[in-house]
Order: sequence, then structure tokens, then C-alpha cells
Amino acid sequence: MDTSKIIFYLLGGFILGMALLAVTEKKIFRSAIWLLFALIGIAGLYFWMALEFIAAVQIIVYVGGIVVLIIFSVFLTHQAEDDMPKTGLSRKIAAGLAVISGAAFTIQLFLNNDFNLSAIPFDSDVARIGTAMLETGTGGYLLPFEAVSMLLLAAMVGCIVIAIRPEKSEKNDSENPPSFSNPPTRNPEPVEGILN
Amino acid sequence: MNYLQEILVISTALFFIGIYGLLTRRNIIAILMSVELMLNSVNINFVAFNKYLYPNSLDGIFFAIFIITIAAAEVALAIAIVINLYRNHDSVDIDSTTLLKY
Repeated sequence: MDTSKIIFYLLGGFILGMALLAVTEKKIFRSAIWLLFALIGIAGLYFWMALEFIAAVQIIVYVGGIVVLIIFSVFLTHQAEDDMPKTGLSRKIAAGLAVISGAAFTIQLFLNNDFNLSAIPFDSDVARIGTAMLETGTGGYLLPFEAVSMLLLAAMVGCIVIAIRPEKSEKNDSENPPSFSNPPTRNPEPVEGILN
Repeated sequence: MNYLQEILVISTALFFIGIYGLLTRRNIIAILMSVELMLNSVNINFVAFNKYLYPNSLDGIFFAIFIITIAAAEVALAIAIVINLYRNHDSVDIDSTTLLKY
């Protein structure tokens, strides 16, 4: 067993352990931190596959962006030390059985499949990726690149529109038209006992 | 087992860990984190298939990059919705968000 294989198994165990902790932890802030470590482990797996560009994108976008956003939203909506609402044991057992049988089925599918691996080594030069991203011919990705930039712009505007707090005038509050984020006929008491 | 199958075992386990979180969590932000785990396992699959089966093309790499981008947009939108929901309900528990039900 060579060093590369040992590093691979360590990375795999790290990723799976952190992911398991992230979905089973009771406190949501700690759960976000375990998710952070799992994402760093996945970036390490990309480094192990010698795909430095994807690993860098993973660290920049996921670790530096998405996890920070999630932690912000945790701080805006929770007391970070409170426990999350518990799930019933029967639901946990049912979910565990479904997950284990699904994973076993999928794993035996591709363990019995005979992949014919290519003998050519993969050339992970970043210049190759950059050229293909702005290429218009075959194998080029200029159109999805532009489409995804429009999507990001639309998502940014949409986030601002959804999350902005509507300005309340203090004089005549009754003349305000009902806004989207303050529905006038909301039910302040969530109905308990129907779903539990 | 070759390298590709070992990577596939890891990504499958990661995907089903995400599904477990999706099924058992009752907090919206925790469900969002499980979805992130599932998206990451799919990314590992795309990149591994590209590297080990089709080293001449770059399609898997680009799919992974676009999935990462769209996941960022998705999380930003979802968190805007969660914050708005918290203003209206004082809770991010999915069992209490029944505004559309009545």
C-alpha cells in the first residue's frame, strides 16, 4: 500500500466522518462548522486528484462563501447554543434503513460494473479550462458561462428584493398597502398538534 | 477496486448521508446544509468520471464548476427566504411554516 492510497483513505474517512457529524449534531452552529470541515476535505480530495483549479474554486466558493452565508443566517435566526428540534426515533430508524438500503444498492451497482479506465493521463492545465470556457466552437462553454452570469445577477437582485425590510411610515400605517413580507392576515400561533 | 470505484463509494456514501440529513432534520437551515452535501457528492462524481474515463474532454469539470456557481446562487436565495420567513414566523422550523396550507 503506497502513500497515495493511504492519503486517499484518510481523506475519505475525514470527509465521511465530518459529514456524519454535520447531519447528526444537535446544535446548529456546530453542525455548520462540521459542514465546513467536510467541504475542506472534499477540496483535499480534488487536490489528491491533481485538479487544483476545482479545489481552489471549491475552497473559495463553498468554504469562503456558502458556509459563511449559512453561519450568518444561523446568527440572524437562532440562539446558537440552543438545541435544534428533535426528530422522533421511528423517523430516524426509517430514514436510516432507507439510506442504508439505497447506498448498498447503488454501491453494488457500480462495483459490478466494469469501467474501462482510460490509459491517457488527464491534463489538468488551467489554461485548457480557461480556453474552453471562452470558446464558441465545439467543446466551448461560452453560452452557459454567459447564462450563468445572468443567473447570478438575477439571483442577487432577487435576494435583495426578498430580504429587504419594507419601510414603514409612522403617520398613517393603515393606509399602507399590504406588502409581501408583512401579510396582514397571518396566523401568529403556529398550529401545534397536527403534524406531531 | 480501482481508484474510480473507490471515489464512487465515497461520493455515494456522502450523497446518502445528505439524504439522511434531509429526512431527519426539521430546521430549514440544517436541511439546506444536507442539500449542500448532496451537491458536493455529485460534483465529485462528475470530476472523477471526467478524469478517469474521458481525460480528453472537459465536460465533467465544467459541469462541476457550473454546479458550484448555481449552488452559490441557490444558497443566497434560500437564505433570503429563510430570513424573511423568520421575520414572519419567529421560527425556522418546517413544521410551523403552514401559511400556504389554510
